[in-house]
Amino acid sequence: MLKTFSIGGIHPPENKLSVSAAITELPIPKTVVIPLAQHLGVPSKPIVQKGDQVKVGQLIAQSNGFISANIHASVSGKVVKIEPSADSTGYKRDAIFIETEGDEWMDGIDRSATLVKEIKLDRNAIIDKIAQSGIVGLGGATFPSHVKTMVPKGKKAEYLLINGVECEPYLTADHRLMLEKTNELVVGIQILMKALDVKKAIIGIENNKPDAIAIMKEAVKNIEGIKVQALKVQYPQGGEKQLISAVLGREVPSGGLPIDIGAVVYNVGSVFAIYEAVQKNKPLVERVVTITGKQVKKPSNFKVRIGTSVLELIEQAGGLPENTGKILNGGPMMGKALAQLDVPVVKGSSGILLIPEQEAIRKEVFTCIRCTKCISVCPMGLEPYLLGIEGEKGLYDKMENDRVMDCIECGSCSYVCPAGRPLLDYIRLGKGKVGQIIRKRNTK
Amino acid sequence: MNPVIIYTVASLSGLGITSAVILFFVARKFKVYEDPRIDQVEETLPAANCGGCGYAGCRNFAEACVKSESFDLLFCPVGGNDCMTKIASLLGRDAATKDPQVAVLLCNGTCENRPKTNHFDGAQTCAITTALYGGETGCHYGCHGLGDCVRVCKFDALTMDPVSGLPVVDDAKCTACGACVKECPKGLFELRKRAKADRKIYVACKNEDKGGPAKKNCSVACIGCSKCFKVCPYDAITMGNNLAYIDSDKCRLCRKCVTECPTNSIIEIGFPPRREKAEAASDIQITAKPDNNTQTIN
Repeated sequence: MLKTFSIGGIHPPENKLSVSAAITELPIPKTVVIPLAQHLGVPSKPIVQKGDQVKVGQLIAQSNGFISANIHASVSGKVVKIEPSADSTGYKRDAIFIETEGDEWMDGIDRSATLVKEIKLDRNAIIDKIAQSGIVGLGGATFPSHVKTMVPKGKKAEYLLINGVECEPYLTADHRLMLEKTNELVVGIQILMKALDVKKAIIGIENNKPDAIAIMKEAVKNIEGIKVQALKVQYPQGGEKQLISAVLGREVPSGGLPIDIGAVVYNVGSVFAIYEAVQKNKPLVERVVTITGKQVKKPSNFKVRIGTSVLELIEQAGGLPENTGKILNGGPMMGKALAQLDVPVVKGSSGILLIPEQEAIRKEVFTCIRCTKCISVCPMGLEPYLLGIEGEKGLYDKMENDRVMDCIECGSCSYVCPAGRPLLDYIRLGKGKVGQIIRKRNTK
Repeated sequence: MNPVIIYTVASLSGLGITSAVILFFVARKFKVYEDPRIDQVEETLPAANCGGCGYAGCRNFAEACVKSESFDLLFCPVGGNDCMTKIASLLGRDAATKDPQVAVLLCNGTCENRPKTNHFDGAQTCAITTALYGGETGCHYGCHGLGDCVRVCKFDALTMDPVSGLPVVDDAKCTACGACVKECPKGLFELRKRAKADRKIYVACKNEDKGGPAKKNCSVACIGCSKCFKVCPYDAITMGNNLAYIDSDKCRLCRKCVTECPTNSIIEIGFPPRREKAEAASDIQITAKPDNNTQTIN
């Protein structure tokens, strides 16, 4: 029997429409808008000014704290302005606007497709390189990658897990990456094993990607320590804690981190970025983005420069279908609807999903009938119906007791609820409020 | 008579009497002395338990009144000065007087003034939409119109205007308890000094964007042009974050700024119609009703 995580989980329709579309490079956009907050943690500090000429790969904003990341220019040209610009949520946050002039790269960046196998750098140099290159978790959480490599004292990383699960329906960016950049990924994994000083690495891939499993197995056949683990198709297996549970059978303690049980998890997108940074000296200036939807003419996987407008992606995929009801940044389960279209692709954008109008409507909300479907699907073992009611009534202290902070916001509860209750909305609200309460308590 | 009944009645009565005796002594032994004035003060309070004073409820506030030395930090906004004088005379102290206040909404982004750019169909509360995204319009500073303030108001002073999509403050009912100020996730409510006949002039905008983008998203946004700042004869207006702010303590309600404002973001309420510049007044999006205290925003 195939492995999967221990509790909960659902299996929504997969709809991987863009699975056969090879990664193609999107034409370089005329302008890019590069937000300063593309990662978890403190926004970066800009180090260029209006009117400056920049080259591709040039550092334009510096990491501004322990949990923060560098940001590099993704096009060459002139910095037009540094101003607040609406991001995917509609809130305005500081961003650097660059007008493209040609395509001039920084010296020392190797843009060729040749595979560099030999890892020359030592452990600290690798970590430094990852930090310099501004790499963050490309699965969507955007946690700075170099922070994960710094294992706290008294703890030991035992396993390196590579997340090739891609359990979100529709998205195929990671799948394509595994098919097309197999050997690069293997080198990337070896780099991370060296940086973390671990002997064992396991690549977790869901069983709905047999080609990726086969090709990855073939690539790591003769390499000691790296293994491919096929997993049962179950959402949200791509969640860090769920993947650890599925592959290793260990549970991350409530409020703890994977390193507490000796695991470190990286997404395949991040591994590829790390390969490019360490072996090719190329900072994170582009990423693979899936653009898909049932009515999209050409569902595609594009290699996109960071800061490209979503509008451009939609145009390249065959234009905006007529009765589009909702456009999501991310997959259908965890993605958030865009408040406006002219927003940039950022480091955390793994896909753009266009949903037709008839599918974009929420169900009518009824009262909870205590069917406990949400409890049986919750991968964290929570009671979403209860948290939902508590959130509605503003009982945030009770929510804290009911472990609301453990929620990974996978949306399985809202998906299965037969009464159409917006459970995740209230849980998210509660998480925010409880987070505030905890911070207040800690500062006292 | 059935002996079972007799035994039952006798044993229960015995139990009752024994317990009563025990309870009597226990109550004497562990008696807590409570200042009788606390009850008296509590009786004078409005008993709304709104929390506007900063205490958990009226009883809590009454205790604080009796225990504290002075009234400097204690004020019941609902009872107002009358209530505080009564409490002060009960306790034999001087009452602190405060100017009566009223809540105003610092947003005039009605459906007409601020077109919608998207539609949200999730859980209908402002707290959720604010945490999730910028709102249904291009202005992410303005009112989301889902009525968290209306639900939290204990005095029925707030109602949602279905036409404008904004909450409306009923001046007669508003007690300035500050519940809406705390609840609004956008921070759009402000307690301002109640002027004569509830006349009000304030900048109904919190949009900190520069003029162009602000005006693009809302036709009555404050663009921070400083025209009102220049025309004000009493230095009541300050500029900051691309916004004008009128200090209700300094404002003498001369209404010069209102006609000066190019975007009509300054609102006047409760004034009689202007005589000389009747035309200018008709531009303003507020219908002034001197005989009625209800604020109407188109």
